[in-house]
Amino acid sequence: MKPYPWLTLLVFTPWIGAALLAFLPALSRKTARGFALLVSLSTLGIAVRLLTGFEPHVSGFQFEEHHAWINSLQVHYRLGLDGMSLLLVLLTGLVAPVCLLASWREEKSPRLFNALFLVLQGAALGTFLALDFFHWFFFWELSLVPAFFLIKLWGGPRAGRAAYQFVIYTLAGSACLLLAFVALFSATGSLDFSELARLAASGRLNPLLAAMGSSVPQLVFVGVLLGFAVKIPLFPFHTWLPSTYAEAPTGASMFLTGVMSKMGVYGLLRILWPLFPAQLQAAGGTLLVLATIGVLLGAFAAICQTDLKRMIAYSSLNHVSLCLLPLFALASTHGLTQSGAETTAAAFSGILLQMFNHGLSAAALFFCIGMLETRSGGHRGLDDFGGVRSAAPIFAGVCGFALFSSLGLPGLNGFVGEFLIFRSVFALAPWTAALACTGLFATALFLLTFWQRVFHGPRTALVDGHFPDAQAAELSGLIPLSLVMLVLGLLPQVLIGLFNPLVTSWVQAIVLP
Amino acid sequence: MNLNHVELARALSPEAALTLGALLVLGIDLIFFKRAQPSVRLRSASLTAAAAIVTAFVFSFCNHASPTALESVLALDKLAVATRCGALGLSFLVLGITSLAPTPRHSAEYIALLLFATAGITLMAVAQHLLVAFLALELTSLSLYALVAFDTHRREATEAALKYFLFGGVSAAFLLFSFSLLYGLTGAVDLRGVAHALAHQNGSPLLALALVMMLVAFGYKTAAAPFHLWAPDAYQGAPTPIAALIASGSKLGGLIMFSRLLWPSLLTGTAANDSAHSGLAWLSTLALLSAASLVLGNIAALAQSNIRRLLAYSAIAHAGSLLLGVMIAGPAGAGPLYYYALTYGIATAGAFGVIAAVERNASCQQISDLAGLSRRSPLLAGCLLVFILSLAGIPPLAGFFGKFFVFSAALKVGGLAAWEGQLALAAILLSVVSLYYYLLVLKQAWITPVADNAAGQIRVSPVGAIALVLAASAIVLLGVFPNYLLGGV
Amino acid sequence: MNLLPFTPYLAFAGAGLTLLVGSRRATWARWIALATALATALFGLFAARVFVASAELQSLVDVSWIPLLGVRYHLAVDGISMTLVVLTGIAATAGVLFSWNIEKRPGAFFAFYLALIGGVYGVFLSADALLFFVFYEIAIVPKYFLIAIWGSGEREYGAMKLALYSFAGSALVLAGLLWLASTAPVQSFSFDDLAAAATQVGCGEARIMFALVFFGFAILAGLFPFHTWAPTGHVAAPTGASMLLAGVVMKLGAYGCLRIALPLFPAAFSFWQPMIAALAVTGIIYAGLIALVQDDLKFVIGYSSVSHMGFVLLGLAAANLRSVSGAVLQMFSHGVIAGLLFAVVGRMVYDRTHTRKLEELRTWPLHRLMPFAAVVFVLAALASMGMPGFSGFPAELSILLGAWRTSPWASVAAILGVVIAAAFTLRAVQVAFFGRTTATPGELVSVQPLPPISLPERLGAGLLLGAAVLIGLKPDLLLNWIIPSLHSPQFLQVITGGGS
Repeated sequence: MKPYPWLTLLVFTPWIGAALLAFLPALSRKTARGFALLVSLSTLGIAVRLLTGFEPHVSGFQFEEHHAWINSLQVHYRLGLDGMSLLLVLLTGLVAPVCLLASWREEKSPRLFNALFLVLQGAALGTFLALDFFHWFFFWELSLVPAFFLIKLWGGPRAGRAAYQFVIYTLAGSACLLLAFVALFSATGSLDFSELARLAASGRLNPLLAAMGSSVPQLVFVGVLLGFAVKIPLFPFHTWLPSTYAEAPTGASMFLTGVMSKMGVYGLLRILWPLFPAQLQAAGGTLLVLATIGVLLGAFAAICQTDLKRMIAYSSLNHVSLCLLPLFALASTHGLTQSGAETTAAAFSGILLQMFNHGLSAAALFFCIGMLETRSGGHRGLDDFGGVRSAAPIFAGVCGFALFSSLGLPGLNGFVGEFLIFRSVFALAPWTAALACTGLFATALFLLTFWQRVFHGPRTALVDGHFPDAQAAELSGLIPLSLVMLVLGLLPQVLIGLFNPLVTSWVQAIVLP
Repeated sequence: MNLNHVELARALSPEAALTLGALLVLGIDLIFFKRAQPSVRLRSASLTAAAAIVTAFVFSFCNHASPTALESVLALDKLAVATRCGALGLSFLVLGITSLAPTPRHSAEYIALLLFATAGITLMAVAQHLLVAFLALELTSLSLYALVAFDTHRREATEAALKYFLFGGVSAAFLLFSFSLLYGLTGAVDLRGVAHALAHQNGSPLLALALVMMLVAFGYKTAAAPFHLWAPDAYQGAPTPIAALIASGSKLGGLIMFSRLLWPSLLTGTAANDSAHSGLAWLSTLALLSAASLVLGNIAALAQSNIRRLLAYSAIAHAGSLLLGVMIAGPAGAGPLYYYALTYGIATAGAFGVIAAVERNASCQQISDLAGLSRRSPLLAGCLLVFILSLAGIPPLAGFFGKFFVFSAALKVGGLAAWEGQLALAAILLSVVSLYYYLLVLKQAWITPVADNAAGQIRVSPVGAIALVLAASAIVLLGVFPNYLLGGV
Repeated sequence: MNLLPFTPYLAFAGAGLTLLVGSRRATWARWIALATALATALFGLFAARVFVASAELQSLVDVSWIPLLGVRYHLAVDGISMTLVVLTGIAATAGVLFSWNIEKRPGAFFAFYLALIGGVYGVFLSADALLFFVFYEIAIVPKYFLIAIWGSGEREYGAMKLALYSFAGSALVLAGLLWLASTAPVQSFSFDDLAAAATQVGCGEARIMFALVFFGFAILAGLFPFHTWAPTGHVAAPTGASMLLAGVVMKLGAYGCLRIALPLFPAAFSFWQPMIAALAVTGIIYAGLIALVQDDLKFVIGYSSVSHMGFVLLGLAAANLRSVSGAVLQMFSHGVIAGLLFAVVGRMVYDRTHTRKLEELRTWPLHRLMPFAAVVFVLAALASMGMPGFSGFPAELSILLGAWRTSPWASVAAILGVVIAAAFTLRAVQVAFFGRTTATPGELVSVQPLPPISLPERLGAGLLLGAAVLIGLKPDLLLNWIIPSLHSPQFLQVITGGGS
């Protein structure tokens, strides 16, 4: 009995929806939006179905689909799901419909907007599920195309330049990634991630690479790293981020920060680390420094921003760099003792949780800023708003959820991830943890400033006028999100249970006997 | 010497037919058409001439056994027969072109002189005796001098004819002197005797002198640099059909005759001796002439704005390759040379034919006079396309294969180490340059719109049209099936 | 398979017919041309269906032509020729569709067009070196006239430059081939006999012969620094001709390098290999950088063609199985994609807006006025950038894989070329089509509506895009032909190593 191809369905449903939207020009706006939302929710639906069928204790990939594809290049079509991918699929399934809800009032060509967004959603899902470089790269590159058009056509005044910069930057990184895989294929004859990981685990990968040249293993490592470093982004490859996030339309910003930045972190965990543990260890110190700078830069630069969107963009940099700290800290230390196993487990769990939680909270934050923007006719300066709480109390409430989750308030989902991260990093690299703490304080500072200036205090002129409270579409996106944030804050084991065995297996791979 | 008059008559029957034809033309015109229209006179003269040429053609085709007694004087091998037939064909084409061109004033004399010139060319094809060669050369040349001057109302015609005559006279003198030196050295006047005698002699400076003088005459005849100075003016001043004849038939005859003179006799005689011998020095001199012609012809043609002068310089450039063909006529036989010379002749004559047709309505001196030809007469433009592309050497037209055969044989002699190979390479590279000026002509004909002051549609007489189309078809067919011609030589 | 030799004949016959008929009725000329092009394409596809790739050249016609010179009229096909014959069919049909609106002397236009196609088919099917050369040269004259009469901009200059460069390249090839053939005791131009003669030639001479033949062909393929004719010529040409010239005719040069130059002189090739690779890579990057600063949209596409051909030449220079198969795949892929790009820029944009300057196009909201063209151009641009999913990606990937084996640095430089290509393509897309994105609906009314995209254009675009996507998703369709052919004995010495 052939298993049902759930994963292919997962990836292609949004695309089929996009194609239908594109080729049925007669659809009215409302129908188009509604249809797109439905298709987007399908991801969540299928993800939940997968969740029920997922067995965390089984190692390896589940729901695997494997077909031969291009024989002359040894390329196979292979999709698979493990704990980490399921987590990110769920994240996408949650964030994507909310993005569409955030764009519900988009007046300019909503059909095209929704179609492009669905393509983007499908591509992101593909990167989380593909297990062979050929189509993984296809999905990776494909995600750039709708992102470019979404930013350029629906973005702010300087969107064209920002979109161009974003795409070229990412493409340059992808080019390095491509070249690295060219070398890998040349050495090993395989583009399959699992097989390459097996080769690396048995210690045969490095000699194969070194046969082409003594510095080739390091160069290939750098190539792969660059590809992901640009996406995450890792300091100093982050310069595209502020303007892109700021100029992009709300829905796109939410998806960019919520899902697409996680594609980079996923890549590190799925590809870089299994294939190049030795090189990662060697470079761990430097990378740790870079990530720390990212944490600090993100936090402190956010303080200086008056544009709310840029503020949250820098905050994203901060939070995502936090995700990287444990990985690099692990890499830079060697020789772990028994306590190290717990630390290591905490590190990985922290990364995964933070990915998920930041995705939710950052998306929610951008949603709220988008709401502010639409109500004020395009303004999003910190000083433009005041006393929103009195004008729109429900809005203030949900925004508060998002802000405090991002802050890391215990009881909301942001706390658990950050706690685990700090716990592990403190054990591995205390000084880094100390520095990162200052980042925490800075985050608190600007987020509370945001909270206080925008929502409290006297009403500004903009708020005094027509400033409706959160409406149906917005609430239907934000309320569920807030609920999830609350639930995960109180019951994080819902998520942890999904990936705990996976984390355990990772720990076992690193910890010396 | 036992002269069999019947054999002699048979051997020279084509020339006899042509001469008789010429006399008939003159006679008929004098008797019947004294007061008729010029076009009528031309038509009658042409008809008679055509009959004469056809008769000569049949005669030359049927007489190809080498009569033993005449072996020392005339050669009737396959090359000779082919050259005769080729020359007669070219004359026939020129006759067709005459009907396209503006009617000459004294048609009968014109046609008669044309026939005399043709007779000279056919005699050149079979000459094996120094004096017969000279006789043939002079016959052709004298007829052509008069023909070049025919358009007396044009000043450049007289100037051209005078230049042509002076050059020709001087070169004839050189040739005669060289023959006398050869006679003095060897005591023989027929080529076989000369070869035989030279084989038993050591080289002497006199032989070198004789060869140089012969090469001077050769260079003049084929319009090779640096003896080419008459060509641009002659091509420009002569009536168009005559320019066609000079470019085609006269060249073919001259090349074959000189290659006969040079190769069997003057080389077999000296091949036994070492290579430093003066006998082989003529190869290097010829190579120099060839190189100079190639370079000068191609480069100078770039600067031309007069179509006839352009064709003259193109003739000079082609002479370079044809001289290369002469150089390899020893090792490879005269087949490639013949093929190249014939197809080149057809193409150039055809090009002049197109010019003649255009000239009927308005003057055709500048290249720009051809503007918009594809609109004014698609037939002429199409034929011009074929002729010019053949001259440029674009396959599958015959011009390409002509060059190809010659270059191929040249490279076979010694690869790039030998003169011949290097010349072949130079010729191939310079042909790129030639494409430029040939495309300029085609550009005017096909791309440039019709000039405002130009006449409308050009009417082409049916005879002329048939002649041009036949010539174009010959170029195409000889290109696609080159075997037939090559095999017959 | 028996139909294949008829493709050139059919094309020439069609050319003659169009010339005769077309002067009277333009529509007849178009339909005859379309029918001819489509017929040749179908012949190619039918042959493709029954084609079984093997290492040997499969003979179709082999008769003696000029025995005195050892030239035979020998047509044969193998996987590589098959790929390129299919490409020619597709490109020719699309070209005719995109030239549907030619008003000026359509009979002559389609006659030259079909003559060019006939010459191209002849080249791809030739198995005798001189026959190859003859068809190669036959293709030169129609090129000149197509550009000089129906082109735009500096058409006469562009046409002359293109014709002279092509002729110069072919002159070098003729010199080399003649020289080689003349060294044999019995002159013959069949590939096997030439190869046998080549083994007897001395080392130094072989190097010069190889240089003559390879660089002669490489000029037509647009090898740096002999590429300058390509942007000028392709920009000046009318759309249908640009599609064919950049798409198919440039491949004649690369095919000549692969079929003739490389197998004949393996040792000489190794001598020249580093230089060829360096020139190829320089071409990729240089042309890309120049494209980045162009202000004429068609020039951007013209230079991008040179850049992509650099990839093909790099694949040939790396000379292993993976890279050469990638090079042939890239020939197909670029043929289709370049055709598509020129079609959009020339036919869809220029014929309607009458401008190619990016600064002027920026002021038009083209993505609103011509949404179909915008979508097609975006897809074509993605394909040109090497986006996975289109045929360019597996081709470039193969070339990079192969080049990595021979010289990793070449691969690195080539990747840089990919990024530059993305940059200039994206810039072109952005400025030309999406320059004015903030036009409100009210503003648009004041802009003149443009003529809609006609059915022939849609069909042509669909055909080309379909081919690009099909091969992008299933490159094995072509690679299954190409790779066995590269195992033939003639390539044995020159294609060393290879992918697993």
